[in-house]
Amino acid sequence: MLETVSIRTQQSHGEQCFHCGEPVGKARFAYESKAFCCNGCLTVFQLLTENGLEDFYSMSDAAGVRITAPVGDGQFAYLDDGAVRGKLVDYSDDKITRVTFRAPAIHCVACVWLLENLFRLKPGIAEARVRFLQKEVAITFDTGRIKLSEVVALLASLGYEPELKLSDLERKQSSPTSRRLWMQIGFAGFAFGNIMLMSLSSYFGLDAFEAARFKPLFGFISLALVLPVVFYSATDYWKTAWRSVQQRSISLDIPIAVGIAALFAQSVYDVIGGRGDSYFDSLAGLLFFLLSGKLFQQKIFDRLAFDRDYKSFFPLSVTRCDGEREEQCSLSQLRVGDRLVLRHGELIPADARLVGGAAVVDYSFVTGESAPVEKNIGEHLFAGGRQMGGTIEIQTVKEVSQSYLTSLWNQKPFQKEKNGTLETLTNQYSRRFTKVVFGIAIAAGLFWSLSSSAKAINAFTAVLIVACPCALALAAPFALGTAQRLLARRNIYLKNTGVLETLARVDHVVFDKTGTLTASGAGEVRISGVQLTAQEQQWVAALAHDSTHPYATRISETMPGSNATVRSFSETAGCGITGTVSGTRVHMGSRMWLEQNAISVPPNNEAGSHVHVAIGSVYRCTFILTSALRPQTAQMIRRLGHNATLLSGDNEKERGMFAPVFGGAEMRFNQSPHDKLSYITELQANGRTVMMVGDGLNDAGALNQSDVGVAVVENVNAFSPASDVIVSGDVVPRLDKVLQFSKQCVRIVRWSFVVSGLYNVVGLAIAARAELSPVICAVLMPLSSLTVVLFACGAVTVAARNLRENTTADRPLEISADKAVRAPVRIFAEAAQ
Amino acid sequence: MNIIFLLIPLSILLAGCFLGAFIWAVRSGQYEDTCTPSMRLLTDEPKSKHPLKAELDTTKDLL
Repeated sequence: MLETVSIRTQQSHGEQCFHCGEPVGKARFAYESKAFCCNGCLTVFQLLTENGLEDFYSMSDAAGVRITAPVGDGQFAYLDDGAVRGKLVDYSDDKITRVTFRAPAIHCVACVWLLENLFRLKPGIAEARVRFLQKEVAITFDTGRIKLSEVVALLASLGYEPELKLSDLERKQSSPTSRRLWMQIGFAGFAFGNIMLMSLSSYFGLDAFEAARFKPLFGFISLALVLPVVFYSATDYWKTAWRSVQQRSISLDIPIAVGIAALFAQSVYDVIGGRGDSYFDSLAGLLFFLLSGKLFQQKIFDRLAFDRDYKSFFPLSVTRCDGEREEQCSLSQLRVGDRLVLRHGELIPADARLVGGAAVVDYSFVTGESAPVEKNIGEHLFAGGRQMGGTIEIQTVKEVSQSYLTSLWNQKPFQKEKNGTLETLTNQYSRRFTKVVFGIAIAAGLFWSLSSSAKAINAFTAVLIVACPCALALAAPFALGTAQRLLARRNIYLKNTGVLETLARVDHVVFDKTGTLTASGAGEVRISGVQLTAQEQQWVAALAHDSTHPYATRISETMPGSNATVRSFSETAGCGITGTVSGTRVHMGSRMWLEQNAISVPPNNEAGSHVHVAIGSVYRCTFILTSALRPQTAQMIRRLGHNATLLSGDNEKERGMFAPVFGGAEMRFNQSPHDKLSYITELQANGRTVMMVGDGLNDAGALNQSDVGVAVVENVNAFSPASDVIVSGDVVPRLDKVLQFSKQCVRIVRWSFVVSGLYNVVGLAIAARAELSPVICAVLMPLSSLTVVLFACGAVTVAARNLRENTTADRPLEISADKAVRAPVRIFAEAAQ
Repeated sequence: MNIIFLLIPLSILLAGCFLGAFIWAVRSGQYEDTCTPSMRLLTDEPKSKHPLKAELDTTKDLL
């Protein structure tokens, strides 16, 4: 996933695939004068044109999705298994089945069009509806004519392979509650408008004239209109208030519920007794504003829902080998003693023993060690490793849920839901607020009871009514919600608004080197040793082009295009590649591997990753690949000063590269995930609030332990790691500004509280004197809500301006450094400045 | 001012119609996805008919 993005930006060949827009390499597939990068893309093109869907290509450039892996026969057969199928489908009977998939590859209008025309490609599919923002497609198909596995296979063959993860199986997401919320807002708004119409006469003081005649009528109509508001729109407030009373905790919902109840009781009493105006307009308006705030918050939340469940790293199915037969089975069906077949790049789902094949396991997910480990037959394999290279056969020795990895994640720190302990700003305030309001209400009631009991009741309810913390309830959702929306527009995705409150407290930033500070694909590729002849360059280019390894990709990008054919190509994962080009044997790979092949390699101590080349089994030269910092990153780290730490799983070789940037700040190398985890725990024990910036996969444990886990990814849409924040790579140099911004946001929320507090002081002063009238209430309540909402949103938008690029004081320095890195000159050049 | 006794029910009736329309719109799911329909609008229907629907149409014709 990540590599494809970098290739797209780095590519030097002119021709692009007609389907997916990727550069067309040497392995060019031509059809009707159009070029394709792979057979998969060509197949999709043919499928679409045969079925009259060629319009797909006229809708947007490079609309297609690259087919990374061909769909194998029976690959999805396990989906037809009763238990799995039942958990995936939304509805099914003997005629139709309805199923909703998340397909992260959906990215443009052409995708929507193609998926909604799916029925043209496969008879049996009745309808497909795409929900673009959620990247979901809901498919209805004829149960008798087509199987679920065929639907998934069709999607996968078009490049829209749905996400089928273990977590999908365990809990099916419930349908969105937004429909109910919309309905509640609708009723509240309807009542609000119409009751205001009924109250016009009292707004303008027309009661003295003829309007007095209609007063009882208007009162009863308003009462009828307000009933659905109190008993339907407000149900959530009744419920949550009751629940917090039961739990003996004070939340903001209690004063809201009490306020609504007081408004309603006082108004019903007034209307039925014919004593005067009602507060029904204020009541309906109050709920309308409150619910709108809730909807605003939910809309933003829905868009950015991602979970930190480790299980989403695991695949849904594995290939089980039953004697001679291979079958796909779901992870939950896996039993101890099952024999599994793992292919290149597949995860080891449970602790197992190697029974066949040569295992080269990449444990970077578990241990952070980037070099793959070789295992021999009979050795124990831990869950979470990724097989690199050939196919292996393993026998599980533990259940999926009991394995080492799961036990790591089941440790207490991971279990704790951070937001549970996080005291949100609003609740903090509401606790004091509620106590004060009840105190004033009782005091006012007692004071007036000395003179008149009617005035005492009026003062008591009036205080509760006017203190209803509508503005207080709206301040945080609108300020933080706007902040979240503005951040998302700048490719910074927060898990929820609570994260912003934590971000504001962050005083230490921990970086994981891999993929966070360095830009993927950027950097330099140099040749050390003898220069290659033009012909040799062609051979090396041809060989490197046949491998998908990131190093090979980068090398082939720097070489001239080649049309030499490679024979007897073989790739040993973690070691190197070899093949015969024009009758000459060419090796490219690590020193160890070359020496195993009886090729001696001279010593080389230059910094960077080395790829040694041997032609005709004689060493020729070494490619040195260096990584470069993202532009402007050095400035950001200098601004953070001593509150930054670098933790790296790599060896000390990198220290020289980062020392000038980090200056006096701490740097630790050779860190295992466990070291990283304990480092963060130590910081937290010293009272620090820690933000951990990682790539989301290797450091999942530390990311989870930190107060705010930030995952840096190149492709935001296609990735959901265990983190609180997801940012795209280009945001990294501005992370300190994000911290500043979140601090400002929290300050804005506090100021909003002050504004709403001022209104409350005015209102309470009137109410405590038993002089509150419905008209004053009708003005004061919406006015306070609107001021707070406008203030909160406006101030946050202004604060967000600082997040833009190139707005800092040290601008000239940044620009020069920017150019220096983009050149790309290595980090040493920056240190020399 | 007796006309008020006629105008009030009329206005409430009218408002009720709009409320009804709103309830229908929410129930039919129009508020759940406000982004995709705007994209759908821009694309043309391919010329050939929906195979399943075409089948249904022919069966209707036969009946």
